[in-house]
Amino acid sequence: MNWKIAFYLICGVVLLYLTLPIFIVIPMSFSSADYLQFPPPGFSLKWYRSFFNDYHWLLAAERSFKVAIITTILATFLGILSSLSFMRGNLKKKDFINFLLLSPMIFPVIVISIAIYGFYAKLGIIGTVFGLVIGHTIMAVPFVFVTVSAALTNYNMEIEYASLSLGANRLKTFLKITLPIIRPGVLSGALFAFIISFDEVVVSMFISGWRYTLPVKMWMDVRSEINPTITAVSSLLICLSVIILGSTNLLMRKK
Amino acid sequence: MFVSPQYLKILLTTFKIAFFTSVICFILGYPLAYLLSSVNRKTSGLLLIFILFPFWTSILVRTYAWMIILGRNGILNNLLIRSGFLSVPLDLMYNLFGVLVGMVQIMLPFMILPLFSVMRGIDRDLLKASQSLGANPFNTFWKIFFPLSMPGIKAGCLLVFIVSLGFFITPALLGGRKTIMISMVIEDQFSWALDWGFSSALTMVLLFLTIVFLTVYNRFVGIRRIIT
Repeated sequence: MNWKIAFYLICGVVLLYLTLPIFIVIPMSFSSADYLQFPPPGFSLKWYRSFFNDYHWLLAAERSFKVAIITTILATFLGILSSLSFMRGNLKKKDFINFLLLSPMIFPVIVISIAIYGFYAKLGIIGTVFGLVIGHTIMAVPFVFVTVSAALTNYNMEIEYASLSLGANRLKTFLKITLPIIRPGVLSGALFAFIISFDEVVVSMFISGWRYTLPVKMWMDVRSEINPTITAVSSLLICLSVIILGSTNLLMRKK
Repeated sequence: MFVSPQYLKILLTTFKIAFFTSVICFILGYPLAYLLSSVNRKTSGLLLIFILFPFWTSILVRTYAWMIILGRNGILNNLLIRSGFLSVPLDLMYNLFGVLVGMVQIMLPFMILPLFSVMRGIDRDLLKASQSLGANPFNTFWKIFFPLSMPGIKAGCLLVFIVSLGFFITPALLGGRKTIMISMVIEDQFSWALDWGFSSALTMVLLFLTIVFLTVYNRFVGIRRIIT
């Protein structure tokens, strides 16, 4: 029976290793110390104040939200289209197409970043919201593709034939029948697209020029000094992840 | 580039870190995947949330958390000194140890998910049969379950290895002078040395390596199963 205890112990330790370090940032962000100190000597909101009073941080956050919202819409739209044509279409070389669609997930992000930078430099769109949106959409589409395809796997085509035979056109059938059925997959894909864009660092680092997004500003700060304001920013980002993961789980459960 | 021993060394370091990351992920991920596959759906769903949560938290935030924990005045050194285990702080980051601690945590879900999806499909009656025929639990695991989980092991280890080759954020923040990975040199040459030709050449090397290992993956696992 000792084996069993050792087994559960290992599993417990690995689970703690996966999750605990993330949450340790939160108590640190409420510290009243002027530098990182553990345990925090007292409670204070000063790092949150320092975040919300700093024009540069707020500007970066605004930019990140703007880019993430447009990316979500674009990536969801493209993800649905690619998934529909992939799952329904009579395509040749399906494995290869699947691989191409998922490649931004697999190839090193630095390779993708250098490629995008080279292309953008020629077009002159470095540092624009448009450029960031396109870059993030490339990274986010595979996630929408995966979730929507999963929703389409157990989909019964007969309902669509019924709708079509009763006189609805293709678009109406899609909007009234197909979309409501695959909605949980679409919504969780959209939430993932949002978080992918909002957290994206490496591509943005190359193409955001001097107009930083939130993660790029964070990256610059972490590299130069350990400033406790970052604990507050990190805690806010963790909350965002919790909210998004929580909502996708609710969506999945409803299904 | 290929004649400079300095860059060959960086290539070697990159391989070494990716290799260690996959081995450690395998050792830590296998028991957890086994647990996931042997509990009921509700419990495994709950455990999956814990495993997937780090997956959806920014890599930058997670790496920063490790900087707070592993630093010279960090949480871990602090706790060890307070409790009397240590008198001087240990160097827990800016070295290979720090990089591996950070990378393994980020890559574990990539190991656990393929293992879990294979283990879930293993017929548990085979294990009962083996035990009823007199094999002890250890032999049953080693001779029946482990070989059956091999496709998951191959998929997980190769996937972790491939993704680790191109890692950038974590080694850049937690690594030191001896743990320079190829992505870091690419960024450095690109942003600071402004040697775009050289940095593009290195990018091509990294791209080529990734394609080579993806071909291996395709051979042993099948590219179709890259995300399941």
